Amino acid sequence: MEQFLTSLLGNALVVHVIMAVIPLLFILPYALVVIYLEMKIAAHMQDRVAYMRTGWHGTLQPIADMLKLLQKEDTIPAAADKPLFIMAPYIVFMGTYAAFAALPFSSAFIGSNINIGIFFIVAISSLVVVGLLMAGWSSNNKWSLFGALRSAAQIVSYEIPSAFAILGVVMLAGTMSLQELSAIQTGGIMHWMILGGTLPLMKKLIVIPLMLILFVVYYISSMAEVNRTPFDIPEAESELVQGYMTEYSGMKFAIFYLAEYANLFAVSAVATVLFFGGWASPFKSLMTGPWWSSFWFISKGMLFVCLNIWLRWTLPRLRVDQLMYMSWKVLTPFAFACVLALGLVLVW
Amino acid sequence: MNPVVEYFGNIYRGLRTATIGMRITFKHLFTKAVTIQYPTVKMKLPERARNRLYVNMDDCIGCDQCSMACPVDCISIQTIKSAPEDNLGTTSTGQKKRLHVPVFDIDIAKCCYCGLCVYPCPTECIKMTDVYEFSEFDRHNLIYSFSTMTPAEIETAKAKAKKMEEEAAAKKAAAAAAAKAAADAKAAAQAPTAAPQPEGPQQKPE
Repeated sequence: MEQFLTSLLGNALVVHVIMAVIPLLFILPYALVVIYLEMKIAAHMQDRVAYMRTGWHGTLQPIADMLKLLQKEDTIPAAADKPLFIMAPYIVFMGTYAAFAALPFSSAFIGSNINIGIFFIVAISSLVVVGLLMAGWSSNNKWSLFGALRSAAQIVSYEIPSAFAILGVVMLAGTMSLQELSAIQTGGIMHWMILGGTLPLMKKLIVIPLMLILFVVYYISSMAEVNRTPFDIPEAESELVQGYMTEYSGMKFAIFYLAEYANLFAVSAVATVLFFGGWASPFKSLMTGPWWSSFWFISKGMLFVCLNIWLRWTLPRLRVDQLMYMSWKVLTPFAFACVLALGLVLVW
Repeated sequence: MNPVVEYFGNIYRGLRTATIGMRITFKHLFTKAVTIQYPTVKMKLPERARNRLYVNMDDCIGCDQCSMACPVDCISIQTIKSAPEDNLGTTSTGQKKRLHVPVFDIDIAKCCYCGLCVYPCPTECIKMTDVYEFSEFDRHNLIYSFSTMTPAEIETAKAKAKKMEEEAAAKKAAAAAAAKAAADAKAAAQAPTAAPQPEGPQQKPE
């Protein structure tokens, strides 16, 4: 796609700008859809109906919400550290959005086809923590600070098991580029990483349970990294008002939300690429090609987003000590053991 | 308990209970919602629900019993006597109406929906309806006037009643004067024979 655009426009800079904006064009409508989905799924799980009045079954409600947030007064607390307070939501969104650069949206489109794609995503996502800490600290509010500190502790802890789960897949695939990872998994459902990739059958049987455990480890820690409900102690509305977002309003608040939902898709997409073939079609050579591949990528990603919503409205929030127990005593040892076993299988 | 067993048991139970929870929420995803879209769809009220009061003025005889029963004095009634030649009609229970009711106001803002006014009504004309959406921006709009009489009708009724009263008073005065004259005449006629007769009070006109 980059080559095509370069040949079409001739100017490298313009091409880069276009390539950078395309994921944003995906994120904005996606956020509206997923807000609607989340409200509807949440409501129906509790035998309610959610919004019904704006448009057919309330379909226009996310747009109305967005317009409302745009018009709202943007208050900044008098005692806040102004520059940091204003910058924080944008840094959070930047950290999230940068991850989209390395996501292979289709066999023909990837923002930046770098050979260390997954490493880049893990590294740049940590920028979110900086933004959250900035938000919490600059708000000059106890709730915000507590939320930010908890968030930092949580995200840093859960990066370890998730990094190990990623490591397992990278060992199996032999590449860190997400585009190549997807390309390896083409050729039917049997080539997906969760089913052992392109290994011979005998090795596959040993690898499949390991990959399943790694997937569960990755999925749980990715959920923790996006601060969603079983792991939403940084927000914990019953304890901390809204955590690091307490003092934010209007557009900045909306940006935090946008970042949360964008991050949700980013981790779901990474899970898809790592374990479920990315843009690869589940039916050998059927339904392949650039458009179909983007269809597969987005629908698989949305599937995991829905799974996340489902889990969010099922499980109650963990306590802080339970959260740390889960990361350090359960997920990390399991990820270690799996990576070790996987290494032995691959060497053998 | 063996710590190793406990550790793996915990993990197993955690995963198992999470899947049980997910199964439950998934089931509820497809059960029918209990929400009622209120302003368009309404719940059926219980049979004896007490809400807004309504007075059927065709049946009201102006007896004032509801007003006396009201614990918060939210009903105010004024009545005017009707002339004998006026036919105000009968109520649906067959009772003849004898009083004009120019004012029958219920201040529903004061009403406590106890329903005590409903029971004493002899013609069952004041009753509780199932209307419960009647909020207003101005409190004075909550004073409901049920009287069906126009100002002109009230004027004529008042004038008639006044005339009747005057006539009655005049008649009474005339009768009293006549009785007094008759008594005087009798007294004058009987004076020579027997002055203090005890039959005097029997002859007094009633």
